[in-house]
Amino acid sequence: MNAEAQRISPAPIRKSLRVRAGQRKAFDTFAGAMGSWWLKTHSLVESGQKDVIIEPRAGGRWYEIGNDGSEKQWGRVLAWEAPGRLLLAWQLNAEWTYDPDFETTVEVRFTPDGDHTIVDFEHRDLDGFGANAEAVRGDYDTGMDGGWQQLLVNYQAAAES
Amino acid sequence: MANQFAALAEPMRARIVETLGRRPMAVGELAALLPVTRPAVSQHLKVLKEARLVCDHAEGTRRIYSIDPAGLGAIRAWLDRFWDQSLAAYATAAEREDSQ
Repeated sequence: MNAEAQRISPAPIRKSLRVRAGQRKAFDTFAGAMGSWWLKTHSLVESGQKDVIIEPRAGGRWYEIGNDGSEKQWGRVLAWEAPGRLLLAWQLNAEWTYDPDFETTVEVRFTPDGDHTIVDFEHRDLDGFGANAEAVRGDYDTGMDGGWQQLLVNYQAAAES
Repeated sequence: MANQFAALAEPMRARIVETLGRRPMAVGELAALLPVTRPAVSQHLKVLKEARLVCDHAEGTRRIYSIDPAGLGAIRAWLDRFWDQSLAAYATAAEREDSQ
């Protein structure tokens, strides 16, 4: 097809945080215990999320497990360089469906800083969402504001408990 | 909730957006390309326009629809908030486990 479709390249999402944990623990919590902190409301399994697994090797799967044992793949591991770096392919497309042909990149770097660790997070290659991304937008506009409001309440309760 | 993720735009609307992603088109062209009536296309476009997924402009007597480039920005904004919250939860978890 012709290439006059409007395309914009969204800037990568970058976050940097400093956690009060050693590098190894910071890595292990992120990569090895994602299910312990992932927001349970952000799940694709129908039965509720039981755990999130990142298989500890390049080529490994990144997936969630439901309470009924069902699995939903989210992506795969591009590089597992414990404890310094994790590179993941986020392969949920704009319709929140796993698509092996769709790929955005999540990179997380863990840098020791005394007894803390600097965590540099980047979610990039977002233009892969392309035109289909727009389809989700309406859903967010109509339904997600309320959803996020509730999530924030849930998160705050959890963080402060 | 899973359905907040999964309950997406009605499939024909997704197809309309996908089709407009290839090139801007008028209502009649969309109706000719897709298995849907012209009034239905118009209705879908109205919803998509209200959601700022598509925009339109006049070309002579025709109204041409195209992807609203702000849409991707909205996805990015959503992801940005999503990761903010997720990473805050992560930091809490990392610090909690470290102290044990």
